[in-house]
Amino acid sequence: MRSMRVVAAAVLSVLAVSSVALAAEPKQGGILRVYHRDSPASASIHEEATYSVNVPFMPVFNNLVMYKQDVAQNSMDSIVPDLAESWAWSGDHKTLSFKLRQGVKWHDGKPFTSADVKCTFDMLMGKSQQKFRKNPRKSWYNEVVDVTPNGDFEVAFNLKRPQPALLALLASGYTPVYPCHVSPGDMRTKPIGTGPFKFVEFKANESIKLVRNPDYWKKGLPHLDGIEFTIIPNRSTAILGFISGQFDMTFPTEVSIPLLKDVKAQAPKAVCVVEPNNVSTNIIVNSSSPPFDNLDIRRAMALALDRKAFISILFEGQADIGGTMLPAPGGLWAMPKEMLESIPGYGPDINANREQARKLMQKAGYGPDKHLAVKVSTRNIPVYRDPAIILIDQLKSIYIDADLDVVETANWFSKVARKDYALGLNLTGNAVDDPDQSFYENYSCGSERNYTNYCNKDIEKLFDQQSVETDVAKRKTLVWDIDKKLQEDVARPIIFHSRTGTCWQPYVKGITIMVNSSYNGYRYEDVWLDK
Amino acid sequence: MFAYIVRRLVLMLVTLFGISVIIFVLLRIVPGNIVDILFDAAGFVDPADKANLERELGLDQSIVVQYLHWIGGLLRGDLGYSYVSEKPALDEILPRIPITARLAGLALLFSASIGIPLGVISAVKQGTRLDYALRVVSLSGLSLPSFWLGLLILMASVSLFGSMPIFNPNPATWTEAFAIYCVPAMAVGFRSAALTMRITRSSMLEILRQDYIRTARAKGASESAVNYHHALKNAVLPVITVIGIEAAFLIGGLIVTETVFNIPGIARFLVEALRWRDYPIVQNLVMLIAVVVVVANFTVDMLYAALDPRIRYTD
Repeated sequence: MRSMRVVAAAVLSVLAVSSVALAAEPKQGGILRVYHRDSPASASIHEEATYSVNVPFMPVFNNLVMYKQDVAQNSMDSIVPDLAESWAWSGDHKTLSFKLRQGVKWHDGKPFTSADVKCTFDMLMGKSQQKFRKNPRKSWYNEVVDVTPNGDFEVAFNLKRPQPALLALLASGYTPVYPCHVSPGDMRTKPIGTGPFKFVEFKANESIKLVRNPDYWKKGLPHLDGIEFTIIPNRSTAILGFISGQFDMTFPTEVSIPLLKDVKAQAPKAVCVVEPNNVSTNIIVNSSSPPFDNLDIRRAMALALDRKAFISILFEGQADIGGTMLPAPGGLWAMPKEMLESIPGYGPDINANREQARKLMQKAGYGPDKHLAVKVSTRNIPVYRDPAIILIDQLKSIYIDADLDVVETANWFSKVARKDYALGLNLTGNAVDDPDQSFYENYSCGSERNYTNYCNKDIEKLFDQQSVETDVAKRKTLVWDIDKKLQEDVARPIIFHSRTGTCWQPYVKGITIMVNSSYNGYRYEDVWLDK
Repeated sequence: MFAYIVRRLVLMLVTLFGISVIIFVLLRIVPGNIVDILFDAAGFVDPADKANLERELGLDQSIVVQYLHWIGGLLRGDLGYSYVSEKPALDEILPRIPITARLAGLALLFSASIGIPLGVISAVKQGTRLDYALRVVSLSGLSLPSFWLGLLILMASVSLFGSMPIFNPNPATWTEAFAIYCVPAMAVGFRSAALTMRITRSSMLEILRQDYIRTARAKGASESAVNYHHALKNAVLPVITVIGIEAAFLIGGLIVTETVFNIPGIARFLVEALRWRDYPIVQNLVMLIAVVVVVANFTVDMLYAALDPRIRYTD
């Protein structure tokens, strides 16, 4: 009798395990319905610099390599082959070679070859006849001399100097391979890729539709029949649509912390996650003209910041304090806590910091009877405007009376470029959690996105030193030193790194929200609907 | 009468020409153009790329040349290309017109079919509880912003029915079509209905005190004949004027309603195009709206003559 019970228990447990296995088996079919936060300028990932384009169009493409889509933290270890079957660095780390996958076809039936890879990167480097209208990530390839095909299925990136981070840049959602035979203009309106989903239509302000690519080179993928993005710029309407079940998923990393509470209250079964999005809120300082050409005043301003107050007011405590690089545990390159707190203004005693700041202001000629009047310029968007208001309030504590100068988006970058501001509140998003992307783009002399024109030749040398370093531990130490120096120089004071929410219905499976980038996790080939 | 109509038609053309100049100049006065905005998305402005793109879009030409290019194209039926989608402007605008026209038509229908009868009832029952109740309703209609009302409707819909109307160009059922068009039309038409009701009421009250109404009653005419045949016919003239004006104002209300209900009509499209400084779309859409308003005014004037035999336009 006892043995029969054991056998029955064993059978039941086998059945239970197999039913769990069956439940976990991805189901084919269904349309994933997602709302989109706005109407993207175009469908061409290479020409845009917002993940409003990556989210709907990354599923149309493949990269040479990509970040593994079910690993939340992007790192060198999570890079996997995509259109490249394998890659190898040369001994001097100046050549990166890829063996390409054979038999891959573009959505229009033409074969994918190394010529397409060369075309894509020649265009990105500005070397081809055909040009992008905008080329926001041209600087990513500054160290690439050329891309040379070797036959149809091998290609090599030849570099001026070693740059291990190149592989990380190639794995980003911002680096798809484009077809040679389709013009940049057509890629903006009717993109052709090799990816799991084919482009169907993009109706501006209305919808974006993708359909399953039946000839996808990864057999059995994707699971979904298609993806439909309904463009709903009004957040309240979009969230109500999700709550009522008319959408399977919110737009990724777009649900603010207060809205998340509403979602949880009204759709308790929804799965919601809050993750860092590698977007820092920072202050751009015009150090080329008075009063902020005075380092003392810049330092006083940095000392006056109460970062916890920003986080508690805007994010109900759910955001992170850090330097340029994304804080741990999401970020890979963040300074250790004790090092961060040793930077002026990062120490926990706000009153002591502000006392020190007031002394610096008095040294510069300001005090209780003589306040410094400035304007804080920012874009007329809540995520910019709200922290600017808190900043203005905090600056009052050190004799700075600031007014809010709200600038329409169309005029923001022209205003910044002609240095028509004293202080600006800015947001900086990083597509790849790697110092090469962040340092060169935002702090390098002459970089287009170095809005403050901060230029320190000594730090520039350190940028190059960390960039060529192949030993990760050594590179990390260098990166920490650079980040600390940037904060001490008040190059672009970082206020906080935000976190945002994403929600989906419980039957949506296979979604991974990446914790150190908002740009790389939208291939959707593993996503399926359990219904 | 014929000469009057011709004169009005000529005046319409002059007005439209003036509007075209104003639209064109105002758009160019606003700082920033499409190129600034396209680069804004990239986070920087590259002067060389910017100059190339401006040349490509013809924005480097003088304002007069740009105007002549646009107006010449418009007269030939060529509306140009959308700077954003790079599709012909006509292809972008045309599919959106029926959506907004349907919505505006329904809103006006709602406004007239609710506003006029309730205004008459309110006037006829002046001083009664019903009159007070209707006046409260009309005042709230004038006070509630349509975006707030729209959101409230959506929230109530989610709370009561577990779903909300999401636009679908091909609704499968009548219920879905009702939800997609009639609910937003009611949200935007509520204010207009309230205004129509108040105008009808005051106009009716004025007419009901006229001598000829007393005469009609003295002759033994029934109350309904007095109210609807004698009074309403004369009271309706200012109401038609208001409905005409409301038709023009409706586009403003529709911008908000189309945004809240996520309806891809021309009103929301216009705002988006303006945000992008998509000149071909904005210019042509505003011209279209101007034509609608001018034609609506003309129609109202012609309706006066048809409805009131005392009005005769002379040369």
